[in-house]
Amino acid sequence: MRGKCGLFHTSYAQEARFFQTGFLKFSLGLFFIALLCTPLYLSNYQLSMLNMINIAVIGAVALNLLTGCCGQISLGHGAFIGVGAYATGLCSLAGWPFIPALLFGGLVTALVGMIFGVPSLRLKGIYLAIATLAAQLILSYVFMHWESMTGGSVGLGLDAPAICGLALDSDAKMFYLTLTVAVFSVLLVSNILRTRHGRAFVAIRDFHQSAESVGVNLFSYKLQAFAVSSFLAGISGGLWAHYTMYITPEQFDILLSIRYLAMIIIGGMGSVLGSIFGAVFVTLLPEGLGALAQWAGAFFPNISTYFLAMREGIFGLILVLFLIFEPEGLVHRWRLIKAYWKLYPFAY
Amino acid sequence: MEYYLQLFVNGLVVGSIYSLVALGFVIIYKATKVVNFAQGEMVMVGAYVCFGLTVQLGLPFLVSFFMTLAFSVILGLSVERLVLRPLIGEPIISVIMVTVGLSTVLKSVVQMLWGTSIRVYPQILPAEPVWIAGVPVAPVYIAAFVLAALLFTVFSLFFKYSRIGIAMRATALDQQAAQSMGIGVKNIFALSWCIAAIVSSIGGIILGNINGINAQLGHLGLKVFPAVILGGLDSLLGAALGGLIIGVLENVFDGAMQQLFSLAGFKEVAAYIVLVVILMIKPYGLFGTEEIERV
Repeated sequence: MRGKCGLFHTSYAQEARFFQTGFLKFSLGLFFIALLCTPLYLSNYQLSMLNMINIAVIGAVALNLLTGCCGQISLGHGAFIGVGAYATGLCSLAGWPFIPALLFGGLVTALVGMIFGVPSLRLKGIYLAIATLAAQLILSYVFMHWESMTGGSVGLGLDAPAICGLALDSDAKMFYLTLTVAVFSVLLVSNILRTRHGRAFVAIRDFHQSAESVGVNLFSYKLQAFAVSSFLAGISGGLWAHYTMYITPEQFDILLSIRYLAMIIIGGMGSVLGSIFGAVFVTLLPEGLGALAQWAGAFFPNISTYFLAMREGIFGLILVLFLIFEPEGLVHRWRLIKAYWKLYPFAY
Repeated sequence: MEYYLQLFVNGLVVGSIYSLVALGFVIIYKATKVVNFAQGEMVMVGAYVCFGLTVQLGLPFLVSFFMTLAFSVILGLSVERLVLRPLIGEPIISVIMVTVGLSTVLKSVVQMLWGTSIRVYPQILPAEPVWIAGVPVAPVYIAAFVLAALLFTVFSLFFKYSRIGIAMRATALDQQAAQSMGIGVKNIFALSWCIAAIVSSIGGIILGNINGINAQLGHLGLKVFPAVILGGLDSLLGAALGGLIIGVLENVFDGAMQQLFSLAGFKEVAAYIVLVVILMIKPYGLFGTEEIERV
């Protein structure tokens, strides 16, 4: 490789490699060492933000696999996260250890996701979107009204998770757990995309009829996409439930589904890196707006009364602006920036 | 029995409003193939604008009614021009999400201007109930039903006989062919958003007269989906019937569940359960165009 002025693939294996360059490996390594050290120099509040980002990354990567890569629009992702949260929470309350409870929560969610994925064989595009919307609303109703299981609108209180007797009761300890799971999910989805399955998903998204005619079993692959995506959504929900230690049905309403869809759109559809960008952006957005409102509060004293109403609106506005002006998301911008610096200071 | 009859009548009234909102949805979908998740918020904006003109500015109801319609035209035009037109040719998910974003923007604007508490319209029709088939019915309910039926007749005639209506149907059928016959497809898109906004506003004003309005009114937009799926996404008649049927089913199911199993709040999901069942057995609804694909 030494002495070459660019990245030239001479075999398929080379093209499918996980780390394309040594530099990428090295810089990612440095990034992770920096991440692992964050609890040393960040405050608890900042760590809690990082935890929320990690949890959001899991959910966003999962949704991007289903919607971005396989093209199956899901408006029920928030409810699937809720199923995972309740299943994991209930198992923990029944005395299960944390990790089996988390995995079981994921499996239950995968099952629920597959049930609601069954109509995807016949339905596509907006019909599927509406079917998953119905799934979202029906599951929300179940969370709210199956009081003997979910506690209804009162919610469920949970303990901090413990792994092999080590209680993860602080943000810093929780951070290592969420980071591990997030890295694992990102690796899982990235690797799925490099296999036959990933290529089949993309083929279904791009043109389902040609996909079927070259031998992709639509039903099976769509269901697999639903299963993997919901499994990760369930894991994300389980972590969330144990991190906040309290879950209520309102957390998992349609707004959550919209937030996750916004993440993958703002980040970049069909790109794992994009889901991470989107998760970071959408999680930090309310904090950024809050800081802005506090700063503006010095000049306009009654802005905080409008702030609550404005927050959702600004979120929607950003979503609309992204769709109009940057439809390929942040990841596209990131690639442009990288391409610019690659040859800096020479333009060509 | 009278209990169910009462539920049935209530269902018809609620259903006629669903039909109106569904009518707006179907007009947009037919002409532009855009699934509008902001339909409920358009209802809400119309209702609040009329409320603001009537109560806060003290204009006579009829004046503010027509001013609201004028406002709806502007709203529909600007939404189409600013938000939807840049997205022509983008994937479905982008179009869906842009209307979702639009709905949160409209909602937050309403919340900023009018707050979240329930606002009540002044009484326009007399409060004493009229007795129909042994069931007391408020005059405003009858007015709502009649107005909805009237609008449907007007729009059916409009689409069947007027030049513009025929152009709209042609665009819905085949955009390229319509364009080559000299129909301005962009104008048709704009017009369909205008009509949808007007119809939604009327629905909102009727609702305001029945129940009062609050910032949660936008949820009505989600109830449109069962109605249009039942009727068929691109059928006006389907929207009318679908809305009525969903309204009635929802009320009767809710009442039955309350009476038989004392299960509260079933109303929220009854329509969606119906929706899932329809999608499973007859996804293109009662009158929708079937898309047949073979490999």
